[in-house]
Amino acid sequence: MATSNGPVLLSFWVSPVSQRVRIALAEKGVKYEYKEEDLFNKSELLLKSNPVHKKVPVLIHNGKMICESLVIMEYIDEVWPGKVKILPSDPYQRAQARFWADFSNKVCECGHRLWQKSGEEQEAAKKDMIEKLKLIETELGDKKYFSGDVFGFIDIALVPFTSWFYTYETCANFSIEEVTPKIVAWAKRCLQRESVAKSLSEPGKVYEFVCFLKKRFGFE
Amino acid sequence: MVASEAVRLFGMWASPAVRRVEWALKLKGIEYEYIEEDLSNKSSSLLEFNPINKQVPVLLHNGNPIVESLVILEYIDETWKDNPILPVEPLERAKARFWATFVDVKCREESRKAFFMEGEEKEKAIENLQVQLKALDEELEGKKFFSGDHIGYTDLAVGWMAFWLGVAEETAGFKANYDVKFPNFSRWMKHFLAEPVIKDNLPPREKTVEFFRAFKQLGSCTKVNQK
Repeated sequence: MATSNGPVLLSFWVSPVSQRVRIALAEKGVKYEYKEEDLFNKSELLLKSNPVHKKVPVLIHNGKMICESLVIMEYIDEVWPGKVKILPSDPYQRAQARFWADFSNKVCECGHRLWQKSGEEQEAAKKDMIEKLKLIETELGDKKYFSGDVFGFIDIALVPFTSWFYTYETCANFSIEEVTPKIVAWAKRCLQRESVAKSLSEPGKVYEFVCFLKKRFGFE
Repeated sequence: MVASEAVRLFGMWASPAVRRVEWALKLKGIEYEYIEEDLSNKSSSLLEFNPINKQVPVLLHNGNPIVESLVILEYIDETWKDNPILPVEPLERAKARFWATFVDVKCREESRKAFFMEGEEKEKAIENLQVQLKALDEELEGKKFFSGDHIGYTDLAVGWMAFWLGVAEETAGFKANYDVKFPNFSRWMKHFLAEPVIKDNLPPREKTVEFFRAFKQLGSCTKVNQK
């Protein structure tokens, strides 16, 4: 419940890593205050809360700052245990979850190269992205979610990047659905969850934002 | 109780990520079988247990492979609950994980650039590394170790910097200047390297310097990644 000591999330509307935290909080039913940051004009609060990286997301809880989206997700799971578990209880399954969540960061890294570069570098980024998505698809298999029937850590870590698929496809001229149809089907299933639908950006708006960045920062 | 013969570690003698796992196993008093890998000729076992990254370390426990050294550390802590390496309290755990991510992603990246690159890019990387060392130095204010009076998860995560950063400096000809500029960090390095579990589990320095010298020469041709 929201109290004056309730959590505050410093976020940026299109940031996929911030969306991870929003989904996790929503899945747990935790009420929080959302503070939109202007990343081109960072607030004093953000600079004070994350002096090391100066990045979103930052979760402020009981006056303390927690940074790094996957770290925040584990914190949320530990502080608000409840009925919904983001991570499984078995240590081996937790290790698998942490591995694949970290692997989804590599998709993010490929994605940056994909829309920022052109020519050979972009082709290399596309090849890399496709390779990673195929590995992720093999891990998913025919399961409903990555851990089976329960929506959890890996799903939350990866799903925000799916609203960037349209941008990746348009910039690099390929179809993710053709390459990894099970990932696209899984993304649609996730979007049926309220926590995901309310947190993810519309693909069209992500693309507009990227076009704006390309113009402003001179990416080809 | 888990059987000691059920724990196997695939590693490489010069790898900081592998030592990190060994330090954790030894701190916990876990017996294990160590298998040395030739990374220029990886075994079929390694490729079977880590098909995605094909890297060391790989911990095999009861036939299940766990990869990525920080993931392995958490697995070890959750499976063998004596002598915990992570703190109990969620906020302290979050801080420990934050610093581990910081050194593994940011510091490692700048160290890698300072090691492999030349000219302006090298200078920029050294500059960035110093900003990172400053943050670590501030975190250590008033503390013997990152985890307090005893070494823990964060120390094990940062630990590669205590030994391998010096090796990188010597082989790649740069100085991060921690002894001059970052007294807390410099003090931590000395304490960390003096801990019995660490001191008795480091690769021989000269051999490691030779190895990394050769590794630097291979540089752009071969990418040997260890996590």
